[in-house]
Amino acid sequence: MAYSDKVIDHYENPRNVGSLPKDDVNVGTGLVGAPECGDVMKLQVKVNPDTGVIDDAKFKTFGCGSAIASSSLATEWLKGKTVDQALAIKNTDIVNELSLPPVKIHCSVLAEDAIKAAIADYKKKRSESKGESVAVGAHAQPNA
Amino acid sequence: MKLPIYMDYHATTPVDPRVLEAMTPFFTQHFGNPASRNHAFGWEAEEAVENARKQVADLIGATAKEVIFTSGATESNNLAIKGVAEMYREKGNHVITCVTEHKAVIDTCKKLEKQGARVTYLPVQKDGRISLDDLRAAITDKTILITIMAANNEIGVLQPIAEIGAIAKEKGIIFHTDAVQIVGKLPFNVNEMKADLVSMSAHKLYGPKGVGALYVRRRNPRVLLAEQISGGGHERGMRSGTLNVPGIVGLGKAAELAKQEMATEGQRLRTLRDALNAKLHANLDEIYINGSMEHRLPHNLNISFAYVEGESLLMGINDVAVSSGSACTSASLEPSYVLKALGAGDDLAHSSIRFGLGRWTTDEEVDYVVEKLTTVVRRLREMSPLYEMVKEGVDLTKMQWVAH
Repeated sequence: MAYSDKVIDHYENPRNVGSLPKDDVNVGTGLVGAPECGDVMKLQVKVNPDTGVIDDAKFKTFGCGSAIASSSLATEWLKGKTVDQALAIKNTDIVNELSLPPVKIHCSVLAEDAIKAAIADYKKKRSESKGESVAVGAHAQPNA
Repeated sequence: MKLPIYMDYHATTPVDPRVLEAMTPFFTQHFGNPASRNHAFGWEAEEAVENARKQVADLIGATAKEVIFTSGATESNNLAIKGVAEMYREKGNHVITCVTEHKAVIDTCKKLEKQGARVTYLPVQKDGRISLDDLRAAITDKTILITIMAANNEIGVLQPIAEIGAIAKEKGIIFHTDAVQIVGKLPFNVNEMKADLVSMSAHKLYGPKGVGALYVRRRNPRVLLAEQISGGGHERGMRSGTLNVPGIVGLGKAAELAKQEMATEGQRLRTLRDALNAKLHANLDEIYINGSMEHRLPHNLNISFAYVEGESLLMGINDVAVSSGSACTSASLEPSYVLKALGAGDDLAHSSIRFGLGRWTTDEEVDYVVEKLTTVVRRLREMSPLYEMVKEGVDLTKMQWVAH
C-alpha cells in the first residue's frame, strides 16, 4: 500500500512531538487507544485561561504511519484555535487532508477522540481548581 | 551494496540464474506435453519431468515415484488433507493439526469441519512448539490424519517432526507435514521423519512460482489420496492437469542445487542471522525474540521491538524488505495469529519484524539493516507514549486502556 505524500511528510517530520507538564492546570491530556489494538495516542493541549486559545499542543503516538500523521496534523491544527473550535475538528477533516485510505480511517477517529479527551481533561482540571463547573463554550471567544 | 535490500526470503525467493537457465529451453524448444506418448516432443518432456522427479526425491530421501507435482504448496496441502479425509472416510473423521499452521492448512481443516469432520487444533507452548503429550492425548480411534508443519513461516520454529512421525506410526495414523520452509534449508528425510505426505514449494527454494510437489508414501504404508482435480489422470491419478514442464524442471534444478549447497549455505546463514540478532541486542533494550532460538531455521529471526508499532517501523526502513506481524500490515487487520498463539500479548505481535535471510544476503546488508533499524526504533520510541510511560515507571499491564 502506498502512503500519501502528506502522511510520509508527517511521519518523517512529525510536528510537535513531546510532552507538556501534565500537572499544569492549563494543560489537558488525552490518552486514547490500547497497546493490544496496535495504537495509542497521547495528545496534550496548553490553553491560555484568559483567552481560551490553545497556545501549544504536543503528541506522542504508538501506531502506524497514518496514526502518527493524524496526531501530528491534529497538533498543528489545534494551535491557535479556541477550545470550541478545536472540538469542531472532525475525523473526516483529517481523512481528507491526509488522503487516508478506508483501512486507515480508524487512525483519524483516534485522533479526534484524543482531541476531545485532552479538552475534556483540561475542562475537568479547570473546574476542579476553581471549584465550579465550566460548561462547554464558557470561555471568552475571540473573533476568529 | 544495492538498495533496496531483500530480507524477506520466507515470503518468496528469487529464481537462481542456474535454475532459470535449466528452465529456458522448455518454453520454446522442448515444449512437448509429457502425456504425448507417441512422439519425440512428448518423450523429451517426459524425460525432463522424470529427471526433476528424481532430483526432488533425492533431496528428501524418497523414491521418484513418490513425488507428485502440483501448482504449489497450497495445492499440495489441500490435496494431502482433503485427499486423506475423503479416501479414509470409512476409517474415521478426526484430524489433528496445530494453531500456528499456515492458512493453507488451517483453512483446509476448517472446510473439512464444515463438511462434518472433527479437527483438533493443538496449542503451542511459549517456544512455538507443540507438546507431544497434547498430541498423544488428542488421538482417538477416529483419528485418520495428523498434519503438523516442519518449520513455521513466521517464527521459523521447528516442530518435533521425527517424534510426531513416530507417534503417528505407532498409532497407524497418516502423518502429513507442510515442509515448505525447511526443505532445502535443513536436512529433511521422509523416512527419518516417518512422514507419509510432505508438501513442498519451488519458489521458497530459489525456483519459480506456480509449482510445488507433494510426497506421497508408496510403501509402509501405501498412502492413497482421493483426487481433488479431475481430468486426464496425470500423476498416478492423484492430480490431473498437463504438467508445467518448465516449472517442474526449475523445481528439480532448485532441489539439486539446494542439496549440494545446503550444508555450507545453512552455516553461512546461521552465522549472519546470529550476527544480526547479536548486533540488534547490543544496540537496543527491550527487544524480544519470538519463538525458540534452539529449534529454529538457520535463516530466520523474528523480533518484537517493544513500544514501537510494526508498520511504522517498516515505513522507517523502506529500503529494507522485511515483514511484520502487525495488524496494520495484514489484510485482516488482525495481528499475527502465530505470535498471538505464543501468548506473549498482542502488543508484542504488533511490534514484530520477521527477517528472512537467503542465498544473496551479505554481511554488509546485515550491518546496514542493524544500523537503520536501530536509528528508527530509537526515533519511534522517542515518539512513543508507551515508552515514555514505562520510563516513568508506569506498569502498562495495569492501565485501563480505552479499546476501540
